[in-house]
Amino acid sequence: MITAIEKKMDTARKFERVCAILEDYNYDPGKLIPILQAVQEEYRYLPEPVLTFIATSLGLSPAKVYGVATFYAHFALKPKGKYVIKVCDGTACHVKDSMPIVKAIQKKLRITENENTTGDMLFTLETVSCLGACGLAPVVVINETVHSLMNPAKIDKVIDKIYKEEAGNEKVAC
Amino acid sequence: MEENKKIYINGRECNYKDERNLLEVIRKNGINLPTFCYHSELSVYGACRLCIVDIENKGIVSSCSIKPEPEMRVKTHTTELRGIRKISMELLLANHSKECTSCGKSLNCKLQDLASSLGVGDVRFKKREKLIPLDTSSQALVRDPNKCILCGDCVRACDEIQGIGAIDFMNRGSDVQVVPAFDKNLAEVECVDCGQCARVCPTGAIVPKSDIHDVWKELEDPNKVVVAQIAPAVRVAIGELFGMKPGTILTGQIVAALKLMNFDKVFDTSFAADLTVIEEANEFLRRNESKDSLPLFTSCCPGWVKYAEQYYPELLGNLSSCRSPQQMFGSLAKDLLPGQLKINKKDIVVVSIMPCTAKKVEAKRDEFEKNGIPEVDYVITTQELAAMIKEAGLDMNNLAPESLDLPMGFKTGAGVIFGTTGGVSEAVLRYAYEKISGKQLDNPDFKAVRGIEGLREVEVNVGETKLKVAIVHGLANAGKIAEMVKKGEADYSMIEVMACPGGCVGGAGQPVTFDDNTRKERAKGLYECDKMLQLHKAQENPYVKEVYNKHLGEPGGHKAHDLLHTTYRNRKRIFESGFEVLSGTNSQKLEISVCVGTGCYVKGSQNLLHKLIRYIDEQGLQEMVNVKATFCMENCDKGPSVTVGDNLIYACNFEKAVSEINEKLTVLKVD
Ligand code: SF4
Ligand code: SF4
Ligand code: FES
Ligand code: FES
Repeated sequence: MITAIEKKMDTARKFERVCAILEDYNYDPGKLIPILQAVQEEYRYLPEPVLTFIATSLGLSPAKVYGVATFYAHFALKPKGKYVIKVCDGTACHVKDSMPIVKAIQKKLRITENENTTGDMLFTLETVSCLGACGLAPVVVINETVHSLMNPAKIDKVIDKIYKEEAGNEKVAC
Repeated sequence: MEENKKIYINGRECNYKDERNLLEVIRKNGINLPTFCYHSELSVYGACRLCIVDIENKGIVSSCSIKPEPEMRVKTHTTELRGIRKISMELLLANHSKECTSCGKSLNCKLQDLASSLGVGDVRFKKREKLIPLDTSSQALVRDPNKCILCGDCVRACDEIQGIGAIDFMNRGSDVQVVPAFDKNLAEVECVDCGQCARVCPTGAIVPKSDIHDVWKELEDPNKVVVAQIAPAVRVAIGELFGMKPGTILTGQIVAALKLMNFDKVFDTSFAADLTVIEEANEFLRRNESKDSLPLFTSCCPGWVKYAEQYYPELLGNLSSCRSPQQMFGSLAKDLLPGQLKINKKDIVVVSIMPCTAKKVEAKRDEFEKNGIPEVDYVITTQELAAMIKEAGLDMNNLAPESLDLPMGFKTGAGVIFGTTGGVSEAVLRYAYEKISGKQLDNPDFKAVRGIEGLREVEVNVGETKLKVAIVHGLANAGKIAEMVKKGEADYSMIEVMACPGGCVGGAGQPVTFDDNTRKERAKGLYECDKMLQLHKAQENPYVKEVYNKHLGEPGGHKAHDLLHTTYRNRKRIFESGFEVLSGTNSQKLEISVCVGTGCYVKGSQNLLHKLIRYIDEQGLQEMVNVKATFCMENCDKGPSVTVGDNLIYACNFEKAVSEINEKLTVLKVD
């Protein structure tokens, strides 16, 4: 069981990790991208103050670091939910009605295109172009699991199932 | 001897030498290729593709990004090229909010200009959908992202000329924008208000903020006495906005125009510059004697002052404590004029006319306000003055010159050359020479300090004394020299810094120009001005002498200090409040913040934070403390800075922090 104290030390540990990462890369501003990548692995996203810290440590301006962080789609500047739902909107999925799936998820989770993470930090919704599984269109990937031949009704069930599992976890933890 | 290299432009033979790229060769040969992203003083970006040419055996390429090669055959205006350029323009215009009539840049806009010269009429592409709100947070500049064409000129100017990088691109694809870090407002980042970004922007996406409206209101108020001070660089540039050549000296015409617009008195900032020379030279001589706080950095440029406060807190003691001429004028005017004109201090309005956007912010600094009354009320730029003259329906070309008011309208040439790089040094040398040698200086010209290179050094021998002066413009150069001073590698007596390329003549409030020669012509105008005046040394100014005799006492004396000098403070450049590293759950907790800003960071604050976390973990204190990593507590020279509870500990180390934490925790427990 994770104690409250351990959870606390986790934020401290993350910060220590950022320092270690910077050290590993010798504070080389030329290594900004791998540094950001490694830091994102710790936090699951790139918090503003951490980016600022990286900028000052590398002797770069925060605007420059922010520019790089927003250039690559891989970097997230907002925290993502525990479950990242990726709906494919590549050509194949699009013609097979992937957009109604997006709409259905947004409605169910009460999120929008801009506010795409749920308040409880459980879900984040993203649309992506072509996951390379066009034969199974429309495709939805949740974390690592691929759900093929989706439609609004089916995705509704998938999400409900996750909710149930999560509720079960809670009970065990408390 | 190297033979002349030649290429063929549109079939015509053209010679070239050491031009940086094909574009420059073409332009030298009288063909003006359009460009958006090319500035000779910045690195080559090669994004706008307007400078394309057709090269035999190579095809269509951007001429700014390619070197000329012998025998190259280049075409510049084929039907195909013209067609492509037109499409590029249309694409740029499609995304641009076309509110030309109300735009601050109208008539000086490169986009407008090129659209008409390339013959672009209607735009076939669809317009931008979302309007982005304006950024009016800065007191110097307004950003309108809807007008940005993403040429990146501002980004490179801030980074390469000023070494700051306050703005950069964000996102990619169709969402790209140029923004300060984290899409914040300009006033919330490390911007020093120099406006160089606005100077290079080809459109109205970044423009100086206008204060004309307020000035008109004051002029219409019958109870107010409105006085103007005119900075040196304004007089040699304003003519450009009325069809005259850069460098045309228009002091008298400006006075006439201001009087017609209802200004009660018109004075000269150069008078205050003469005062600055005397105060600063005396300060220098005192320091030189005691070998204390050398080299002396000049302090007339507010862009530089803010930069030093943000980046070089440990060098603030080297900055001259002299206020800038603008602020010397302001405090003196508000002190002298009530008596002289028999009016209430609060009814005097001082309007500065400046080549500079940073001066707008300088005037609003807390130090320059006495009992709620600012010493300079409004700052308008050369551009704004020209706009007012036009609004007033005056014809600058046909105004009969009038003379400035006395006493503060009287100046020597020393106070006039302040407006160009090297000018402050020369003016101070003209004073220091006589003071040190006790001899009269017959030829006041120190030609060696004049020039346009961004970093120059000059040695002047005055009898036994050797004065070594460094002159820099552009803050990136200032940063280089500040690093040298920090490392003890600079043996200069004095360092003159101006933030804008070329000095004030190249300020961002000056008429918009994309021609490099303009700055040189303006500087020439100032040296000519100096020649034409009867006096050239600040110490010869009879009215300055009078002010000292009747009012100020000795240079550097008590009253002079009060009115003409100032103090500086360490300023943070990051407004982020920091982040929690540990947060306890007890109802009573001890707040601990460790500064990880650059200043403290280099003094090992990160390591200190490590140790503290480990200590807290080992001692099981997690629930009783909140630990934060913060950015800059504005005490960098005494770093690492740590606060424990409400106690700020300078030069903190592990032992100091731990003993403070334990002490505070005992108190907490007792409570
Ligand atoms: S005003 Fe100067 S410091 Fe500020 S963003 Fe523009 S170029 Fe950079
Ligand atoms: S703000 Fe102006 S200079 Fe900067 S990228 Fe946009 S158009 Fe270019
Ligand atoms: S000027 Fe050459 S690409 Fe913009
Ligand atoms: S960096 Fe400025 S006080 Fe720490």
